[in-house]
Amino acid sequence: MTGESVLFWTLAPLAVAASIAMLFMKKAVHSAILLAWVMITLAIFYITLEAPFLGIVQIVVYTGAVMMLFLFILMLVGVDSSDSLVEKIKGLRPVAIFTVLGFSAALTSLIARTDNGRPAVGLEEANSAGNVQGLAQLLFSDYVWAFEVISALLITAALGAMVLAHSEKSDAAKTSQRARSIARFRGKSIATAAGLPGSGVYARNNAVDLPALLPDGTPSDLSIAEVLHRRGDVQETKSYALEGLPKIDEEGKK
Amino acid sequence: MNNSSLLLDDPGWVIALKGLLIFVLCVVLTLLSVWGERRIVARMQMRLGPNRVGPFGLIQALADGVKLALKEDIIPKAADRVVFVLAPIISATTCFMAFAVIPLTGKVNFFGEETVMQLTDLPVGVLYVLATASIGVYGIVLAGWSSGSTYPLLGGLRSSAQVISYEIAMGLSFVGVFIYAGSMSTGDIIASQSTWWNVVVLFPSFAIYVISMVGETNRAPFDLAEAEGELVGGFHTEYSSLKFALFFLAEYVNIIAVSALATTLFLGGPSAPPGLGFTSAWLGGWFSFVWFFVKVLGFFFFFVWLRGTLPRLRYDQFMKFGWKVLIPVNVAWILVVATLRLMTQQGASQFMIAAFTGGVVIAVLVALSIFDSTKRKAEERARYVGEMPEPSFPVPALPVIKGAITKGDQK
Repeated sequence: MTGESVLFWTLAPLAVAASIAMLFMKKAVHSAILLAWVMITLAIFYITLEAPFLGIVQIVVYTGAVMMLFLFILMLVGVDSSDSLVEKIKGLRPVAIFTVLGFSAALTSLIARTDNGRPAVGLEEANSAGNVQGLAQLLFSDYVWAFEVISALLITAALGAMVLAHSEKSDAAKTSQRARSIARFRGKSIATAAGLPGSGVYARNNAVDLPALLPDGTPSDLSIAEVLHRRGDVQETKSYALEGLPKIDEEGKK
Repeated sequence: MNNSSLLLDDPGWVIALKGLLIFVLCVVLTLLSVWGERRIVARMQMRLGPNRVGPFGLIQALADGVKLALKEDIIPKAADRVVFVLAPIISATTCFMAFAVIPLTGKVNFFGEETVMQLTDLPVGVLYVLATASIGVYGIVLAGWSSGSTYPLLGGLRSSAQVISYEIAMGLSFVGVFIYAGSMSTGDIIASQSTWWNVVVLFPSFAIYVISMVGETNRAPFDLAEAEGELVGGFHTEYSSLKFALFFLAEYVNIIAVSALATTLFLGGPSAPPGLGFTSAWLGGWFSFVWFFVKVLGFFFFFVWLRGTLPRLRYDQFMKFGWKVLIPVNVAWILVVATLRLMTQQGASQFMIAAFTGGVVIAVLVALSIFDSTKRKAEERARYVGEMPEPSFPVPALPVIKGAITKGDQK
C-alpha cells in the first residue's frame, strides 16, 4: 500500500461520512462546517493527484471565501431548522426529484464506465513545465477568451448584487433634528408638539400595529408608524374605540 | 541545486524531527515573545514590566501559562458544545501549518544529512500559507458563533471580515514577488533575492504586506475585534482556561508566522545581510538561522512598537483603508511590475524602460497632486459653518457655533 492509497482510504470515508451527515444536521451552521471539511478533503485529494495549485485554490476560494460568506449569512440571519419547512414555490418537489434522479444516473454511468486502476495518461506531459506553469499556459493562451468572458460575467453579477442590495435613504431620515423640531411647533397643529402618541397606549393590547386610545376612547391614527400604514400592516382602528366617554377631536381641542 | 530537490531525499526520521523542532520553536518563541512584548511595551511606557519570575522575569509567561491551564474550564450553557471545543483547536493547529514551507536556514548538515531546515518546498508554497490562514479564520468565526452570546458573535464577525479583507490585500502583495521570482515556492523566492532583496526592488509590495499583516493578525492598531470598550474581549470573551490559552497561542504563533513570511518574501529569508555573506562560509550553514531569527524578531519588535504607539482605528475607516486604498494601489503597482518585468524579459532598450518608469512616476505625482488639491478644497469648504460636508455615518446635527468664521468675514 502506497502512502497515497493510505491517505485516500483514510480520508475518503471521512469525506463521505461528512457529506452524508451534512444532509441530516439540524443546525445550518453544522452543515456548513461539514461541507467545509468535505471541501478540504477534496483539496487534499487534488494535491495528492499532483494538482497542487487546484488543491490550494480550492481551499482559498471555496473554503476560505465562499463557505465563509455562507457562514456569515447563516450567523447574521440566524437560519434554523425550525424555519421554512413549508414548500413556498408550487411544483418544486417533482422538479427536485427529477433533477436528483438524472444527476445520479449521470454520475453512476460515469463511475461505472471508469476502468479501475487504469494508469494516469498524460499527467507527466501536462506537468512537464511545472503544474502552475502548465495551468497558466492553458488558461492564458487556449482558453483566454472563455476566461475573460467568465470574469466579465462574475463582475457583472457582483455589480448587479450591489445595485439590488443598495437602498436609498428616505428624505425624512436626512432632515435635521432642528428642522423636525420646527415642523412640530410651526406645523398645522400644536397638538403633537410633545411628540406623537405611542402605539398601544391605553389600548387593550400593546403592540406597534395597534393604535393608541386617546383619553376619550377614540383610537389615534397618528400613533402608528407611517410605514405600517402604507404597508397596510395595521389593525382596524375603529374596532378598538371605546364608547361612552366625552369626545375630543384629533387636534386635542375640547 | 534548489531547496525542493535538496528536500526530496530526506529520510522519514529527518522529516519527523524537523516537524518536532518547528513545533518546539514556535511554542518557545510564543512564551518568549509574550515576555518580550510585555517588557518592551513597559519600557515604552516608562515602566519595568515583569521582572520577578526567573532571571529578568524570563519565565513569567510560562508561569502565567501554567496558571491559565489550571483554571476552571467553563462552557456556557447557551454554547454549542461541539463547535465551542472545535474552534480553538482549529485556530491553534492551522497557525503552525504555515511554518511547513518556510526555510529557517540555508543548506545545513543535519546529523549527517545534507538538507535545509524546511519541512517541504511546495511549488505553490506561498499560496499554501494563505490557504492555512483562511482555514484559521474558521476558528475565529466559529468561536464567536458557538459562544451563544452577542458580543462574541459580533467580535467574531468583525475579526473574520477584517481578516478576509486584509487577506486580499496581502495576497495581492505576493503577486509582485511571484512575478519577480517567476515562482511561488519559498525556496525559489529566496534564491531569486541573491542580488537584491525584494524589500528594495518591490518596496510598495513590502509596505502593503506589512500593513496587511498587522490587519491579518488582529493586532493593534487594527485590533478592532477585541476593542475592549465596545466588545469586551471579542470572539474569545466566553473562553477560559486551556481553550483560551490555545487562542492566545494561536495569536502569537500567527504573528511569528507572518513575520517569518515577510522575512522569506522580502528580506531574503535566512541569507545574510549584504556585506556579511562571509559569516556562513566561516561559521557554517547553521549560522544563517541567526540571520533569519534576527529578521523575524525585528518584525516582532515592529508589532510591539505599533501597539505601544498607535491608537485603535475606527472600524469603517479601517475597512475603507483596506478596500479603497490598499487594494487599488496594489493592483496598479502589479500592473507596473508586470510591464517592467515583461520589458526586461523581451529585451527592451534601457531608454524604453527609463521612459516607462519616468512616465509612471509622473502619472503618480499628477494623481497625488489632484488628490491633494481636492482634499484641500474640501477642507476649506468644511471650515465655513453651514457648509459642513455630510459625514458618512449617522450623527446628531451639529449646533451652530457663534463667532465661527462665516463667508462674510473673509476679505
